[in-house]
Amino acid sequence: MDKKTGKPTPAEPEPEVSIYESLIATRPKEPPTRRAFLTGATSLFGAAAVHVLLAPFLGHAANASGDPTRVPGALATEYGRRSPFERAKRLTKPQRSRTPLQDLHGIVTPSALHFERHHNGVPLIDPAKHRLLVHGLVERPLLFTIAELKRFPSTSRLLFVECSGNSGKEWKGPKGKTAQEIHGLTSTSEWAGVRLSTVLAEAGLTPGATWMLAEGSDAAAMTRSLPLDRVLDEALLCYAQNGEPLRPEQGYPLRLLVPGFEGNTCIKWLRRLKLVSSPVMTREETSKYTDLMTDGTARQFTFDMEAKSVITVPSGGQRLKKTGYVEIRGLAWSGRGRVEKVEVSVDGGKNWRTARLQAPILPKCHTRFCLDWRWDGGEAVLQSRCIDETGYRQPTRKELVEIRGTNSYYHYNAIQSWQIDEEGNVRNVQV
Amino acid sequence: MFRRQTRFLLLLFVMVAVGPADSWGTSKSGPFHLGRVATPDEIQAWDIDVAPDGEGLPAGRGTVKEGAEVYAEHCASCHGATGVEGPGPALVGGQGTLASEHPVKTAGSYWPYATTLFDYIYRAMPFVAPQSLTSDQVYAVTTWILFENGLVDKDAVLDRETLPKVRMLHRNGFVPDPRPDVN
Ligand code: HEC
Repeated sequence: MDKKTGKPTPAEPEPEVSIYESLIATRPKEPPTRRAFLTGATSLFGAAAVHVLLAPFLGHAANASGDPTRVPGALATEYGRRSPFERAKRLTKPQRSRTPLQDLHGIVTPSALHFERHHNGVPLIDPAKHRLLVHGLVERPLLFTIAELKRFPSTSRLLFVECSGNSGKEWKGPKGKTAQEIHGLTSTSEWAGVRLSTVLAEAGLTPGATWMLAEGSDAAAMTRSLPLDRVLDEALLCYAQNGEPLRPEQGYPLRLLVPGFEGNTCIKWLRRLKLVSSPVMTREETSKYTDLMTDGTARQFTFDMEAKSVITVPSGGQRLKKTGYVEIRGLAWSGRGRVEKVEVSVDGGKNWRTARLQAPILPKCHTRFCLDWRWDGGEAVLQSRCIDETGYRQPTRKELVEIRGTNSYYHYNAIQSWQIDEEGNVRNVQV
Repeated sequence: MFRRQTRFLLLLFVMVAVGPADSWGTSKSGPFHLGRVATPDEIQAWDIDVAPDGEGLPAGRGTVKEGAEVYAEHCASCHGATGVEGPGPALVGGQGTLASEHPVKTAGSYWPYATTLFDYIYRAMPFVAPQSLTSDQVYAVTTWILFENGLVDKDAVLDRETLPKVRMLHRNGFVPDPRPDVN
């Protein structure tokens, strides 16, 4: 927005992500300034303590680019933050934000970078006032506090969540630029809570109960119907993520997590579970999250997120600056189980090599893969494909579109192609 | 499939027969004695969902004429004067486009059940003040949207009896998930 005229200014160009030296890393846009560092330092401590404490900080800040062994460092803090040199961030729109997959290592997404999708904002919920109601086809309708849910036998799992709209614009062509922009609606966390089946047993299912309606207490009162025979084994009612209570945008204080299912089914800010005998046919399982085929029919209850992978380094928007060794890195996952194998091609799918999988390799969880490569300075098209434990192989775009057409919008899991030109620029292409 | 179903039935059996009725339980609590029984009032306050057979529809009624007023006051600013202009999602039109290159999915062209329209408006609209309309207002605006889509007559009166009977165009257009379908 131009302050004077009030007119929108032209969209800022996306900052070019560069890769420097032989190390492949995203360069922070600018080093943190001394002033920013000092402001941070003073606000950490009360004003009274500042005169005693600032001296070492001044030295520290003055030496920020010098020798850290010559000055005492910063003092302990109650709730840590990342180094001011680090700048990875989510790419936000009002109702969603995308994980910077290209900046991450290993498989866990830091909670602060976990993607978000909400349909009418993130509610502010006091956990002391929050209740979960379990009712419908049960022996006794029960209300639980969060404290009570935490008393049940607990469990935790590392699991990915993926919005089924992830990569959805790619149905219509190579629309996105970066791994984050195209595929950033997926993240992995360690989720902790109580098994859904434990809580349902507390209320006692009656025999007619075959579906469950889950409802959130956000301004969309988000609701989905789930078939009990598909969710009872594995679904969790989670109150924690990566060791601490859920982030507000992840459903604080309680969310449903159905391993391997499309993200929308994992109702956040969960306040109600109603046991029913058939699906309620909510807007999110009719108008939305259904896949329109070319003949005008639409597939419904397409819950499983099928096997998928993406090379995150090198990926769209990055630049290889030097020829020579490059470790190709990426993430692979399947909503149907473990990643069995990931294959990588550097010639647009003509030849494939098997990538190394980094432990742990867990079912329904992001799995890190790597492959050694030498870039000779020529043009290359990088691809990866995931094969999961059911034997399913991630399809090419051509294979996928042949069956589904291009009107689906949801559940796009075709092989991603990154083209590298002779200058080392990496671009999203469809081959 | 068979295995999954057997496992489910088994689990169900364990939960129903053994779980809550085991040695620690009374009918007021489950195996862990956690939670408390919800009162009918507490349930009613939250139990707003509406199923395709009309289960859950509240008392009340609405006409096209009343609906036009509700729509103009509470919806048109986002969905456009006639429900097609936006900037919010189109609520009217799109019939006959689903198999084309540019499908327009609206309540009129795509939604399989009229009850979903009531359920969604009742829980989530108007966007800036969800759950602020009375059930009469929601019946009315639902009737108006259905009328604009050519799905009910101009003198239709919709209530918990008549709304579930409205036949939607794409009622039989949905198929279950056939995946894995590629390679
Ligand atoms: C402030 C803007 C605003 C107002 C006012 C508003 N809506 Fe909406 N409406 C939206 C937005 C935004 C969405 C999409 C919500 C989402 O992304 O989940 C929507 C979605 C809908 C949908 C679902 C459309 C689809 O195809 O899935 C219906 C139906 C609807 N609104 C009806 C109404 C009615 C009826 C009213 C008046 C009572 C109303 N809306 C008032 C903004 C508005």
